[in-house]
Amino acid sequence: MPALSLIGMDIPTPHIEYGLLMPFLMVVVAACLGVLVEALAPRPLRHSLQLLVAFLGIILALFVTILNWAGGDKAIIALGALSIDGPTYFLWTVLLVFAGVSFLIFAERRLEGNASAFTPSAAAVPGSTGEQEAIEARFEHTEVYPLAMFALSGMMLFPAANDLIMMFVGLEILSLPLYLLCGLARRRRLLSQESAMKYFLLGSLSSAIFVYGMALLYGFAGSFDLSAISDSLQSSTQKDGLLLAGMTLVGVGLLFKVGAVPFHSWTPDVYQGAPTPITGFMATCTKIAAFGALLRLFYVALGGLRWDWQPVMLVVALVTMFVGSVVGIAQTDLKRLLAYSSIGHAGFILVAVTAASQTGNGKPADSLSSVSSALFYLVAYSVATIGAFAIITMVRLRGGESTSLASWAGLGRRSPVTAAVFSLFMLSFAGIPLTGGFIGKWSVFAAGWAGGQQWLVVAAVVISLIAAVIYLRVIVTMFFTEPKADAPVAEVARPGWTTLVAVGFGVVATIVLGVYPGPVLDLAASAGEFLR
Amino acid sequence: MTPLEVTQATGLFSLSWLLIAIPGVIAALLLVAGKVSNPWGHILATLAPIASFVLALLLFLQLLGRGVGDRSVNLKLYDWIAVGNWHIEAGLQIDQLSIIFALLITSVGSLIHIYSIGYMAHDPNRRRFFAYLNLFIAAMLLLVLANNYFALFVGWEGVGLASYLLIGFWQDRPTAATAAKKAFVVNRVGDLGMSVGIAFMLYLFGSVQFSDVNAGAANMTFTQATILGLLLLLGACGKSAQVPLQSWLLDAMEGPTPVSALIHAATMVTAGVYLIVRSHAIFAQTETAALVVSIIGTVTLLAGAWIGCSKDDIKKVLAGSTMSQIGYMMLAAGIGPAGYAFAIFHLVNHGFFKANMFLGAGSVMHATDDDVNMRHYGALRKALPITFVTFGMGYLAIIGFPFLSGYFSKDHIVEAAFDRSWILGVLALIGAGVTAFYMTRLMIMTWFGRDRYADGVHPHESPLIMTVPLILLAIGSVFAGLLLNDWIGGWLDPAVGGQSGHSGIFDFSLIGGITLPVVAIGVVIAILIFGRGRQIPVEQPASRSPFTLAGRNDLYGDAINEAVFMRPGIGLVEGVTKTDTGGVDGAILGVSGIIAGVGARLRRWQSGFVRSYALTMIAGAFLVGIVVVLGRLA
Repeated sequence: MPALSLIGMDIPTPHIEYGLLMPFLMVVVAACLGVLVEALAPRPLRHSLQLLVAFLGIILALFVTILNWAGGDKAIIALGALSIDGPTYFLWTVLLVFAGVSFLIFAERRLEGNASAFTPSAAAVPGSTGEQEAIEARFEHTEVYPLAMFALSGMMLFPAANDLIMMFVGLEILSLPLYLLCGLARRRRLLSQESAMKYFLLGSLSSAIFVYGMALLYGFAGSFDLSAISDSLQSSTQKDGLLLAGMTLVGVGLLFKVGAVPFHSWTPDVYQGAPTPITGFMATCTKIAAFGALLRLFYVALGGLRWDWQPVMLVVALVTMFVGSVVGIAQTDLKRLLAYSSIGHAGFILVAVTAASQTGNGKPADSLSSVSSALFYLVAYSVATIGAFAIITMVRLRGGESTSLASWAGLGRRSPVTAAVFSLFMLSFAGIPLTGGFIGKWSVFAAGWAGGQQWLVVAAVVISLIAAVIYLRVIVTMFFTEPKADAPVAEVARPGWTTLVAVGFGVVATIVLGVYPGPVLDLAASAGEFLR
Repeated sequence: MTPLEVTQATGLFSLSWLLIAIPGVIAALLLVAGKVSNPWGHILATLAPIASFVLALLLFLQLLGRGVGDRSVNLKLYDWIAVGNWHIEAGLQIDQLSIIFALLITSVGSLIHIYSIGYMAHDPNRRRFFAYLNLFIAAMLLLVLANNYFALFVGWEGVGLASYLLIGFWQDRPTAATAAKKAFVVNRVGDLGMSVGIAFMLYLFGSVQFSDVNAGAANMTFTQATILGLLLLLGACGKSAQVPLQSWLLDAMEGPTPVSALIHAATMVTAGVYLIVRSHAIFAQTETAALVVSIIGTVTLLAGAWIGCSKDDIKKVLAGSTMSQIGYMMLAAGIGPAGYAFAIFHLVNHGFFKANMFLGAGSVMHATDDDVNMRHYGALRKALPITFVTFGMGYLAIIGFPFLSGYFSKDHIVEAAFDRSWILGVLALIGAGVTAFYMTRLMIMTWFGRDRYADGVHPHESPLIMTVPLILLAIGSVFAGLLLNDWIGGWLDPAVGGQSGHSGIFDFSLIGGITLPVVAIGVVIAILIFGRGRQIPVEQPASRSPFTLAGRNDLYGDAINEAVFMRPGIGLVEGVTKTDTGGVDGAILGVSGIIAGVGARLRRWQSGFVRSYALTMIAGAFLVGIVVVLGRLA
């Protein structure tokens, strides 16, 4: 970096590659416009305007991302702050798509009787007169759209960040709106507020740990830049206590976001308490962004330290798969069950992360590396997840969502199509062939095997068979169990078209990824490695 | 051994994907169309396997017309996964082995579809039943026609799914749901073997296509081949109900009888044999794994026969017998080149006579208000003459009455077993005797003696739509052996690397000479015990014979499974979930829990308290740190 000279005032104007940054900027602008709409637009128009702004932002950003990707521009931009490379393009595309699908579920108004799933007054004490009045006045707020757009912008920044500061900024931008969003549920307000509070407290703790680790890494390398850290690994001869401690703490911060054991304890509570559309958004987009960042940090900055972090990742992957799968079996609430399932899936992706199998080294140029297989798995997992959460919003009891597994008993007879679709998602989670989940599992296992983690792969296969019981249990409950005589019985309510489109997307994508995964696999493989 | 030439598909062969697509599409159509298709769904569904059969027959005739060298036709559909050195195509392989299976599946499948029109006539969910049957046919055809292990595995899981859906078809019966679940879970154990095996293949050969695996197999070390062979065997044991994964098959009889006939007798359960025969190149490299296959087969053939002797439920006797007959096929498949063709020969014969007998049993149940207990039958030959005759043909075929189908194939297997080792041979011979015994017992208890059915039960012959398939299957049971005996060895050997040798219809061997008397002894003993003048109690008599008790309890398969798999599993889940009681609701509602002591709660992971979560995180961070440091020290 050029030296600062106060006298000459020759501080260079930072050169920003706006072209490559455009998708991110579009999302930020759309978020800001959303705030304006919330403040200025007349109440009856607000919801439609918010949707318009959000979708315009997402679609334009998606368009520019794909355009840039097709153009093949790869660069480290903004003075080394961001790395726009293959994985970034892939992650941005996927994030924008899944954010769009989540927004379709946000837009559902029919299930709540012409109201959204979000509370009219988030700040009111649950059960208070203030809340009651807000409900009776049919108040409605649509701040969920700008909030989610801000979170999305953070998610785009997070995995693209090429230095630790930018990564941290991304982490915070994505987290803060999510904390709020979790507290917005229209029903079961206490649960929702509790989950928001928990997420916030634990999220802050993990951020603190991350920042501490960042500082230690800076102490070691003298730079926040990921490639500079990597360089200093090669050249350094000094004691590396700072480095190891920094790596551990930064890793913990990221493992928290992906929901790996033992940093997972927030997941079930938050997934259960948050409004279901938000849970779907978190379970897909947050996980995608966090894995992107995790991969980038460990492969680009700490790749040279592989022998140190691989044993840790191995243990974490094992424990995560195990806890997610085993504890998931005993869940009685579907949202908690899916939370444990998402923990388990994080474990399977960590198998690929652990292996650190890279292209090159005599392997063909476009073979499945750890990065590409993790990317594919994330897509396969996300399509089923978003669909599953969309279905959960539709299954209702006395007006509200019915998430207790017992109330789903016999759903297969009352609403066979809905139950069949939900079963499809369950089968994909279980990794049954001809669903996306199967190919996803195969690709991460293959990457794990290629990376020399044969025993981890064998363990993962065994655990994946245990995990299948979770999903089987749901299917059995829906199709082969009689509802208990005195138990409440959930019914499928007819949703608006937006939710149906989201479910349809999940179904089609799950099957296509299983039957004809070629194009997406190719895309993931061509995303290649991180730019350093 | 030179790898076979594989020619690319042209002409009619390029349409062979239709074999799978026709039933697959119709299954989807019936499921999607819903109630609209109730009036005509079963007809359409029955046409599907018939159409596939016609196509399979045409393909077969074309193969017959080709030279031996180019009877293996590869049809590439598209690249399923093509990334780097991974290249897995979605494709089909029509060769001598797969076309035999395709013919068996579609012909027996068609007959069972027709039969089911009558059998399920009064079921409100008949359309769904037929949709599942079509789904099964499509998946089973994919299993046998796939040109690589990956696609085979898709079919493998597909037939498992269809089997699961069909076993649990009568959802209102809790036993059916339990049985379905059990089949699913036990099969997952087998699938473990399959999936690890396929992963291992990818690692070894970089491909899972049969042609590549066969070509690469010769370069494996003995250990690699043994591991791979045993993994595949584990998969085969799960699907084919071989010891120790046999327990699900008896419970699977909860499904409608046509399902038992099609899936749990004629086709799906033989997939394990197919897998072993298809993987002949791998087993050629490992004497050990091949021997284990034979041993497993022998143990199962005896265990199945034992169970068959002690059950009163007609379907369970037949299920035990199925286990036992598949044991014979496994035994033959383990013998190697000399046995492959016989394994498939017996498999085809068994497909006919066992489907015939299962459908016959269904016809009996149809006549007796769905009673399956043979103690409540007796003298049914007068009431159901057609079923009696067709069933009798099946009976004669299975015990190996001269010149009926079982006579040829079972004798070949016993002979080959003696060539391999006299122990295997003697045990196979004993099995043949026991088979004759329990099948005769079944015949006497069902068809002869005095009638023992309850008042108000008026047995009657089934309608034509059910008896015509029975008659056709009976013809198959009688003549399949005669027709195929001289031909099948020569036909199959090039595809499976076999050397079965030639044997004519009237070739008598020493072993064949011993087998017949052994079978006769089994029949005579059964007649002496259950025959003329003997009373058969309507209630199962109490028995203290450990042999009888073990047989009645499925040789304690469930108890063993429970002790080995279930208990530790349940204990584990319970142990882990103890830490997860309470949760969010606990924290809000469980005021008493808070009073009960924070200390106790802190020990739980999922208490609902942020502070304990935070503590877990920090402890986790320390743990991670410790692992890093330990890793450095190590």
